[in-house]
Amino acid sequence: MEHTKATSVGDRIYDAVIYTILSVVMLGTLYPLLYIVSASISDPLAIARGELWLWPKDITFGAYERVLQNPDILTGYRNSIIYLVVGTSINLVMTTMGAYALSRKDFRGRYVLTLLFTFTMLFNGGLIPTYLVYKNMLGLYNNLWVMVIPAAVSIWNLIIMRTYFQTSIPYELQEAAFMDGCSNVRTLVTIILPLSKPILAVMAMYYGVAHWNSYFTALIYLNDSWRQPLQMVIRSLLIQEDMGAMAGGSGESIVEQLLLVESMRYAIIVVSSLPMLLVYPLVQKHFVKGVMIGAVKG
Amino acid sequence: MTSSQETGQQRRLLPRSFRKNWDLYLLILPVVLYFLLIKYLPMYGIQIAFKDFSAAKGIWGSDWVGFKHFIRFFNNYQFWTLIKNTIGISLYQIAVAFPIPILFALLVNEVQSKWFKKSVQSITFMPHFLSTVVLVGMLMAFLSPSTGLFNNVIRLFGGDPIYFMTEPGMFKSIYVFSDIWQNMGFASVLYIAVLAGIDKSLYEAAMIDGATKLQRLIHIAIPCLIPTAIIMLIFQFGSMMDIGFEKIYLMQNDLNRSASTVISTYVYEIGLLGSQFSFSAAVGLFNSVINFVLIIIVNAAAKRISGTSLW
Repeated sequence: MEHTKATSVGDRIYDAVIYTILSVVMLGTLYPLLYIVSASISDPLAIARGELWLWPKDITFGAYERVLQNPDILTGYRNSIIYLVVGTSINLVMTTMGAYALSRKDFRGRYVLTLLFTFTMLFNGGLIPTYLVYKNMLGLYNNLWVMVIPAAVSIWNLIIMRTYFQTSIPYELQEAAFMDGCSNVRTLVTIILPLSKPILAVMAMYYGVAHWNSYFTALIYLNDSWRQPLQMVIRSLLIQEDMGAMAGGSGESIVEQLLLVESMRYAIIVVSSLPMLLVYPLVQKHFVKGVMIGAVKG
Repeated sequence: MTSSQETGQQRRLLPRSFRKNWDLYLLILPVVLYFLLIKYLPMYGIQIAFKDFSAAKGIWGSDWVGFKHFIRFFNNYQFWTLIKNTIGISLYQIAVAFPIPILFALLVNEVQSKWFKKSVQSITFMPHFLSTVVLVGMLMAFLSPSTGLFNNVIRLFGGDPIYFMTEPGMFKSIYVFSDIWQNMGFASVLYIAVLAGIDKSLYEAAMIDGATKLQRLIHIAIPCLIPTAIIMLIFQFGSMMDIGFEKIYLMQNDLNRSASTVISTYVYEIGLLGSQFSFSAAVGLFNSVINFVLIIIVNAAAKRISGTSLW
C-alpha cells in the first residue's frame, strides 16, 4: 500500500476525511489529560471562575505542596510501590514457569492443565464464597499477602507467554541444548529467558499496571488504614470528598480551603497516574507485539 | 538392594515422559496449586447459597435450606431493577462501545504516514493506564455542577448547569462514553494487528482492477476483520451479566441508585456490608450460572452462523 499515491480525487477526499477524523479523536483524547495538568498548576480561583480552558492560569504549585505533604498519600504511595514490586516479581516467576511447561509439546498433561486453568475464566466461586474461603480457610483477611497472592497468575497472560515460547523461539535451539545434556530448567534459564525480554517487559507492564490501579482487593480484604494502597487513599479523597481536613492549614479562610481542594483534586490525579504513564513509553515498542501474540491464540 | 535395581524399579513405576520431564512438573506445580487454592477452593464455598450460613457452624456445618434464597431473590422487589440495569448497561455498551474500536482500527489502517499512525496510537492508548479511581475522579471533576468544565461550557451558552453524576438518566451514557474514551485505543490494537496481517497481494490485485480506497476498505479490510470481531462479540455477550463492579461502584451515589444498582454492587452491599452471606451467594451464583450458559449459547450460535467460535 505504501507505494500507491492518492491519484484519483475520490481517494484524495477519502484521505482528507480519515486524517481529519483521527486528528479530532486525538485531540479529544488529549484534551482532558492536558486540562488536568493545567488545572493542577493553576490558581484555584481561576478554575472556580471557569476561566481555565487549556493553558494554566496564574501558575502556582500550592496544590502539589499540599498533596506531597499529605501523610496518607505518602503511605499509600509507599504501599503501592511495595505491592507492585513484590506482586509483579511473583507474577513473572509464576507465569514463566507455568507457561514454559505448557509450551512444551512433549509435556504430558498440558491439555488437561490448560483446560483446568481456562475453565476458571468461564466460571468462578463468586464474590461471597471466595471471600469466606479466603478469610476462613486461607487466612487472607487483613493479611498483606492478599494484595499479591490472589492475583499471582493471570490465565490470559499465561496463554500469551506460552504462545510466545512456542512461536517466537525456534524449538531447534532447545533441542540443541538437550543434546548438550541441559535439563529443562537450565534450558529455560539459559536459552529461553534471554530471548524473552520483549514478552517479559510486556508482562511486567500488564501485571504492574494492574497492581498499581487495583482497589477492589484492598476494599474487601484490607482493614488497617496504614496498609491501604494509593488507590484506596485517593478514592477517599477524590470520590468520597474527604479533602477538607487535608486542605486545612493555618490562617486560611473556609473559602480559600474550598478552592484549594479543587486544585488538589487535579494534583492528586497527576501524582497518582504519572508513574504508569511514564513507564508505558519504555515498553511501548514491545506492547503491540504482546497483544498480537495474545490474539493469535486466545 | 543395589542402586541399579532401585532405578530399575522406578523405571517400571513411572512413565517415561515423567522421568524425562519431571522438572517441568516441578515448574508448573506452584501454578497448579495457585489455581486449586485460589480459583477452585472458593467453589467449595458455593454450597452456602443452598444453606443458612452461620459463622459458628462454618461453610460445611451450616444447615441446608435448598432453594430458599433463590426464591427470595426472584420475589425480591429489586429483582427486575437489577436485571434491567445490568443488562441495560451491557447492551448499551455492546451497541455503542463495541463497534468504535473496529471503526477506529479501520481508519488507522488507512493512514500511510508512519509518525501520524504512531502518534494516534500512542495518544489513544494513554487513558487506558489510568486507574478506575482516577477515571471516576476525573468524571466528577469535569462534570461537577459548580466548577466542572462541561457545565462551564453550558453556562457559556447561557444554559443551566446539569447535575450529571446524580441524574439517573445520565448514568449509562456517562459509563459507556467514559469507557470509550478510556479504552478505545487499547481495544483497537487487536484489530489493527489483524489488518496489518492482511496479504498485500489482495490490495494490489484490487488496485489493478481499479478499486478505489473506499472499495478496498469495504471488500478487503472489513471482511478480514469479521472473524476477530465475532470472537470479541462472543466475549462481550458472554460477560453481559458480569458488568464490572469497580467503576459502577465508584460512580454510584444515593441519587443515581435507581439506575446504578447492578447485580455485582448488590451482592457486595447485601453480602459484605449487610452480612447476608447465603442470600448474596445465591444472587452471585444465579449470576454466574446465567453467564456460563450465555457464553455457551453465544459460542454455539457463532459457530453455526459463521464457523468462528472460541472452542
